[in-house]
Amino acid sequence: MSKLLIEGVSRAFAGVRGGLPVKALMPIDLAVAANDFITILGPSGCGKSTLLRIVAGLEAPSEGRVLLDDKAVARPGPDRGMVFQSYTLFPWLTVTENIAFGLRERGMAPKERDDIVASYVDLVGLRGFENHWPKQLSGGMQQRTAIARALANDPEILLLDEPFGALDNQTRGLMQELLLGIWERRKKTVLFVTHDIEEAIFMASRVIVMTARPGSIKSDVAIDLPHPRHYTLKTSPEFSALKARLTEDIRIEAMRTAQTRPAAA
Amino acid sequence: MRPLHPVSPGLRIALGISFFVLFIAFWAWITLGGHVNRIFLADPLSMLRDGWRLLVEDRFWLDILITIWRVFGGFVLASVVAVPIGIAMGAWKPVEAFLEPFVSFARYLPASAFIPLLILWAGIGELEKLLVIFVGSVFQIILIVAVKVGSTRRDLVEAAYTLGSTSNGIVKRVIMPANAPEIAETLRLVLGWAWTYVIVAELIGSSSGIGYMIINSQSRLATGQIIFGIIVIGLIGLLSDFAFKAFNRWLFPWSLA
Repeated sequence: MSKLLIEGVSRAFAGVRGGLPVKALMPIDLAVAANDFITILGPSGCGKSTLLRIVAGLEAPSEGRVLLDDKAVARPGPDRGMVFQSYTLFPWLTVTENIAFGLRERGMAPKERDDIVASYVDLVGLRGFENHWPKQLSGGMQQRTAIARALANDPEILLLDEPFGALDNQTRGLMQELLLGIWERRKKTVLFVTHDIEEAIFMASRVIVMTARPGSIKSDVAIDLPHPRHYTLKTSPEFSALKARLTEDIRIEAMRTAQTRPAAA
Repeated sequence: MRPLHPVSPGLRIALGISFFVLFIAFWAWITLGGHVNRIFLADPLSMLRDGWRLLVEDRFWLDILITIWRVFGGFVLASVVAVPIGIAMGAWKPVEAFLEPFVSFARYLPASAFIPLLILWAGIGELEKLLVIFVGSVFQIILIVAVKVGSTRRDLVEAAYTLGSTSNGIVKRVIMPANAPEIAETLRLVLGWAWTYVIVAELIGSSSGIGYMIINSQSRLATGQIIFGIIVIGLIGLLSDFAFKAFNRWLFPWSLA
């Protein structure tokens, strides 16, 4: 049985000044197995974030539906934890208070809450920063806190919308290893949106490549690289072969988005 | 001087003080030098003398206390009413649609023009003074708070929804704390305006307060006292502003950290 089922989900936006509606997403069908790590790879503006937001319940699909554990998604909820590209920690709460936010909303007793929060502070390596406010943290630390905040709620599925997009390359690499390490230890169903090919392959058990807008699924590539994965994997021949293949797929779509052709062609 | 280039703290203070010095020097020059008629403008020294006599002999400090009480009374009254309404308008769009047109209209009603009406309704006692400040402040606070709350970062609200917040939880634990510093700043701003309203209220139908002293001094051509009164208002305004700022910084360390 699939954990998450996306059935014919499409999205169109109303036309500007009486114009034709703009299609952002062609009907998408996708079945996600439990504990799969799926990356959705596509050029910017292809609607991959829209798809993720529909799964989160933050946007409604124009057609189709999303089923999580056979229940239709109607609105956002704590069963679908989300990490955003922008820094969305609550600036008035400390690191621990941010991580505890979902548990507090659920009305969990402080004692029980503190234990869970402490374990997630350790998990993302933020011991010593518990009482810092978000403004006092680096971008990488803020996103680590955001991941801990989403995971502390123990969601059925974790949704990540280019969570490392605003980070520098080195930090991004470390964050990938951290998140993958967490996933390898505590299995979780993950949907991870990115436009970074290397990131998509390194993290995933399955890469979904999307076409240019209006987005649809172009290819569905299983990544059978062994776990646990080490960063040196990125320079292995198998990885390079996958990267070459996906680069080709994405390049065609990126060109369609930019509506350009290589000069030599 | 390069554009936007910061100035050192020492120089900043020196420059700030030097304008005061220049200003007072110019004042002293035109008055003590006999360039203007003493009846219309007192010189700095007789202003200080008049001020001292006011404080010592005429118990002017009682007027100061009464004025301060009126400002804060009216201001607190307006805040207590306006902040919740502003938050409700910002958070719930039907409430905004219901109230916003009226509040936008009421905002332009001049508080001073209400004084005759308020005197008819509430007499010339304390209540009338508080109401003038209330009328002058309440609509301004409502509108500014509503705008601030309405522009709450959407990504924070969305993050809270994905963490399981209900609509109530969003208002109480996201919208309110997220906007608290800006609301406090708004109140600080409006407190400054309240000082203007109180003096206007005291100029008409009053028998106490700084404004009363000023209008009283006018009939006796005591320009030194008038200027002293104006300066006292300025100083108290400055002090309360500093105190308010410090209080906000203490209350919301996260917004500055």
